[in-house]
Amino acid sequence: MSILIDKNTRVVTQGITGKTGQFHTRTSRAYAFGNDCYVAGVNPKKAGEDFEGIPIFASVAEAKEKTGVNTSVIYVPPPFAAAAIWEAVEADLDLVICITEGIPVRDMIEVRDRMRKQGRRTLLVGPNCPGVITPGEIKIGIMPGHIHKKGRVGVVSRSGTLTYEAVGQLTELGIGQSTAVGIGGDPVNGLKHIDVMKMFNDDPDTDAVIMIGEIGGSDEEDAARWVKDNMRKPVVGFIAGITAPPGKRMGHAGAIISGGKGTAQEKLEVMEACGITVTRNPAEMGKTLKRVLK
Amino acid sequence: MKIHEYQGKEIFRKYGVPTPRGYAAFGVDEAVDAAKKLGGDVWVVKAQIHAGGRGKGGGVKVAKSLDEVRRWASSILGMQLKTHQTGPEGQTVRRLLIEEGADIRKELYVGMVVDRGTQKVVLMASSEGGMDIEEVAAKTPEKIHKAFIDPELGLTDAQAAEIVEKIGIPDAARPEAVDLLKRLYKAFWDTDASLAEINPLVLTGDDRVIALDAKLNFDDNALFRHPEIVAMRDLDEEDPLEVEASKYDLNYISLDGEIGCMVNGAGLAMATMDTIKLFGGSPANFLDVGGGATTEKVTAAFKIMLSNPKVKAILVNIFGGIMKCDTIAAGVVAAAREVKLSVPLVVRMKGTNEDLGKQILRESGLPIISADNMADAAQKVVAALKKTKPAKKKTKPAKKKAKPAKETAKPAKKKAVAVKKKKAAAVKKKKAAAVKKKKAVTKAKTRKPVRKKAKSKGAKRGKKK
Repeated sequence: MSILIDKNTRVVTQGITGKTGQFHTRTSRAYAFGNDCYVAGVNPKKAGEDFEGIPIFASVAEAKEKTGVNTSVIYVPPPFAAAAIWEAVEADLDLVICITEGIPVRDMIEVRDRMRKQGRRTLLVGPNCPGVITPGEIKIGIMPGHIHKKGRVGVVSRSGTLTYEAVGQLTELGIGQSTAVGIGGDPVNGLKHIDVMKMFNDDPDTDAVIMIGEIGGSDEEDAARWVKDNMRKPVVGFIAGITAPPGKRMGHAGAIISGGKGTAQEKLEVMEACGITVTRNPAEMGKTLKRVLK
Repeated sequence: MKIHEYQGKEIFRKYGVPTPRGYAAFGVDEAVDAAKKLGGDVWVVKAQIHAGGRGKGGGVKVAKSLDEVRRWASSILGMQLKTHQTGPEGQTVRRLLIEEGADIRKELYVGMVVDRGTQKVVLMASSEGGMDIEEVAAKTPEKIHKAFIDPELGLTDAQAAEIVEKIGIPDAARPEAVDLLKRLYKAFWDTDASLAEINPLVLTGDDRVIALDAKLNFDDNALFRHPEIVAMRDLDEEDPLEVEASKYDLNYISLDGEIGCMVNGAGLAMATMDTIKLFGGSPANFLDVGGGATTEKVTAAFKIMLSNPKVKAILVNIFGGIMKCDTIAAGVVAAAREVKLSVPLVVRMKGTNEDLGKQILRESGLPIISADNMADAAQKVVAALKKTKPAKKKTKPAKKKAKPAKETAKPAKKKAVAVKKKKAAAVKKKKAAAVKKKKAVTKAKTRKPVRKKAKSKGAKRGKKK
């Protein structure tokens, strides 16, 4: 088993005809059961056509009706991405994974508010994230599939390449992953560390979790406090940005230390106090996990 | 994106948030003219830089005559204003705001930011205005009052009224204060601001409320729909290296250390900086080359890193996912050749086509130090840096001993000469680079297959991390 996605997931790609959408649809379809999973695309102007055999529909709702998709992945450009998220939510999909980077925060505030007020059940991962992968089954997003290995360790992270780094270390040590989730680096997003942690806790096929965070906000602290009271599995943690100066945005829109809050040091201390095994050396994430598994 | 106070006040006026009357001035005469236009007998001369803490740093002065306006304007314009936000070298003042004086009865604080937890805009207000609000938040958090704003409804009358009462605004001024807060929120929301701060918001002797200061930051992701705000950007206030980097879609931030680092991905870039620190080094910058790192981009990144004189060694850390290691390696080699790299370079590459990439680095004939993992890379770059250092330390004292008498007089001259030499060297470098480019072109012709491959791959890729 796994969390969020598996080989039975059926995916509609919003923005399938764009350059990015095309490229990543190809590589995702070539991964494991991708051929069965990627069944639809959306582009109102190209409805009725197909992308390399994947039928294109006018809307997510139509794609769902015709192909039974339950998950969407979004590569739509930033100005239209929030509307694309809402379209997938309105079509009542189980899960929306938004890869798009650079969506205005105001747009995200509005779409998240509407999701909450209408009590929508659709889960959102991202935006500005690498996506989700269940190794050996399905890859939804821009991560390199071949560095992963099927197994029993969960990975959750705000950052893309740092997730690959952790996964690469695990695979090198012969440790496989159940699911790796990139929740994205934006200040207003969907699933947070704590939400993904709960899912890993409930997943019988996940034995331990690596939680990777970065400066800014307090999501990691929230997750750590939950772990302390509820988690039945070992958790290893790393926070990027010990050397980051306050007030400077380090790439991600959310990665900023402001008002003296959200420092890496503070996060690491809270995590440690909550029973998470932290490492301050990102080259040792895999080894640290191996140690707690024993 | 940040703007100046006077620009923030222009936006406030547009939305009906009361501010003192005032004009921006770029020169001393213009400042005096502004004061004349304003009339009255008290003016405030305010340095316009993007950093806060200007008053404490001596950048805000009250003038009681036109002569005083002239005096303050000429002393503030051009000064290196140092505040807790500028860093030790300070920021040159190039613009002033000349404002009418205000009759201040009480100073208050009002701010707005996006709250990540509730995913709403939060209004924060305090009766303790004028001072460092972070200090207030730390020492007396009960004096900061918050209201979380529903994005559909906006700031409601009830919410605004409650805040106004809590921060102790007298009855007579309350309706006006409620109106101000609602207008401030509208300005924040409409302009896609990421931060709005009025510190201080003042209550006047005649029960009016006025925004004496205006600080507005904007969401970079939303600038595409606000050309009028983009037009307010002042490049003089930004780090020239950061500006240059943004032209190449590189995410660069200058830091104080000696080890330049180039990494793909923001999280991995921060983690690389942390690893350098862990092994006793200090990062000179944050640099995320992003997904589609072409040879051009890598070359630009190298040039930007090296134009920071503090850089004594470079660490490249790439996790090649969809982006292949051989492409990166070719880019690194080309860049190192073009900039005639003279500092130690450590490269750690992982992922797709790793072996091919390492082979390209080995066969380049350049003294590139290869590393297997992040820790190994950090250790190697710190070690390489240490090797270059002791040699310098030895030569310096020797020189000083040789000419003890002239020591005090010379340094300034020496520096000037050094700068001239540097400039000359830079010109030479540029010329050499141009020649190199030509050579590279002819070389490329003979090495066609490899080059072509790399280019077409680069073109195909959109977003890769």
